[in-house]
Amino acid sequence: MTTARAAAILLTKELRLEFRTRELLTTTIVFALIVIVLFSFAFNPTAEESRRYGPGLLWIAFLFAGSLMVNPSFAREQSNSTLDALRMAPISSFAILLGKMLANFIFLALSECVLVPAFSVFYNVSLSGIVSRLILVLFLGTAGLVVTGTVFSAVSARARMRELLLPLLLLPILAPLLIAAVEATASLLIEQPALDPTWVSFLAGFDIVFLTASWLLCDYLIEE
Amino acid sequence: MKRRITLILPVAALIFFAGYAALFIAPDEKTMHAIQRIFYFHVPSAISAFIAFFIVFIANTAYLVSRQLKWDWLGVAGAEVGVACCTVVLITGPIWARPVWGIWWTWDARLTSTFILWLLYISYLLLRALLEDSQRRATLSAIFGIFAFLDVPLVYLSNRLWRTQHPQPVILGGENSGLAPGMGKVLLICWIAVVYVMIVLLIDRYCLERLRHEYEELRFEVESRTAAAESVKGAR
Repeated sequence: MTTARAAAILLTKELRLEFRTRELLTTTIVFALIVIVLFSFAFNPTAEESRRYGPGLLWIAFLFAGSLMVNPSFAREQSNSTLDALRMAPISSFAILLGKMLANFIFLALSECVLVPAFSVFYNVSLSGIVSRLILVLFLGTAGLVVTGTVFSAVSARARMRELLLPLLLLPILAPLLIAAVEATASLLIEQPALDPTWVSFLAGFDIVFLTASWLLCDYLIEE
Repeated sequence: MKRRITLILPVAALIFFAGYAALFIAPDEKTMHAIQRIFYFHVPSAISAFIAFFIVFIANTAYLVSRQLKWDWLGVAGAEVGVACCTVVLITGPIWARPVWGIWWTWDARLTSTFILWLLYISYLLLRALLEDSQRRATLSAIFGIFAFLDVPLVYLSNRLWRTQHPQPVILGGENSGLAPGMGKVLLICWIAVVYVMIVLLIDRYCLERLRHEYEELRFEVESRTAAAESVKGAR
């Protein structure tokens, strides 16, 4: 079986699991919404200020929500040793990782579909005319987040206090992604929106570096 | 014990001499005066930290390729020594910045990158502390270590594009850069001294990790033998 086909099958499995309960999506969206609401209490921003701090707020919310969301990815396989079953299947270990990455990407993207319009309404930030460029930035940023997040969810799944450990591992690594994604988003929310190509290519580079690294290291990762 | 003394005596002498050179031999800086002398320990500590983190990366990769636990010991030794050196950098930096820049800290490229670097390797050590099995700990922390190392240039680049305030590299920093000759010699002495201290600590930490591993194995053997003896007694 090819890696792509195996990953697609595993993706359907992950999606079916999630849409039976929808617990991951609901908790992620509610958590990020709470972050967005608390921000307004903490800073009480004017329309101009929300334009200025909005991108940072949005990405902080995604980063926190994402780092909580990827946690069950591998932790869920622990309780019934289902990862052992996957490991015995005649598929490459990258397929297992890729299936989970795609599933996490879809979950986070779906959450963003709710959160970005909510943010736009709550903080009076108009998104008309920049939607397609914003989607590009969100796509690249989310990809980088779930690639590293899924790998680290496998790393932390065997550790004690894994729920606490995962953000600790993930958030410092994502510092460059945060800067790039915030700057790219900010370049779209100003008066004359012009997408900054430097940050877009930086985000793409980030994704490529860590996707390649996880492809190279996935055998060691899944085997443990 | 004898080996330890032969290892530590020259280090102590060298670091003492380096301190003396930095404080009394190095020429006075024209605008910054005495506070500039912290530079002779700030820069060498930064270089030692980078060397240590590079050793961690090499050890992590070597472990994944060879599966020999000795590489894992080198990894943890490098990370701990590197974090220690990085802490020195993060403490001496603000001490210098306060009188010269007028602020303790600024979110400039080099400062931020060093801080993130420090956090990354603290996470590495935390991850190790929370994993039980030694093989698994070695593999998973090696994977994290490689990811962290790959992140370092990205952190630096992103911060560089973002903003920078730190003085440009004085050595090999392009036009109008360079140290007064007296300063260069003192810096070289301090550099050698600090890197030497780092290596001695690294070796020491490596040996400690090896001893720890041997102790664990011995304890495991004692426990399994006791269990076997008990079961024999029970059968009688």
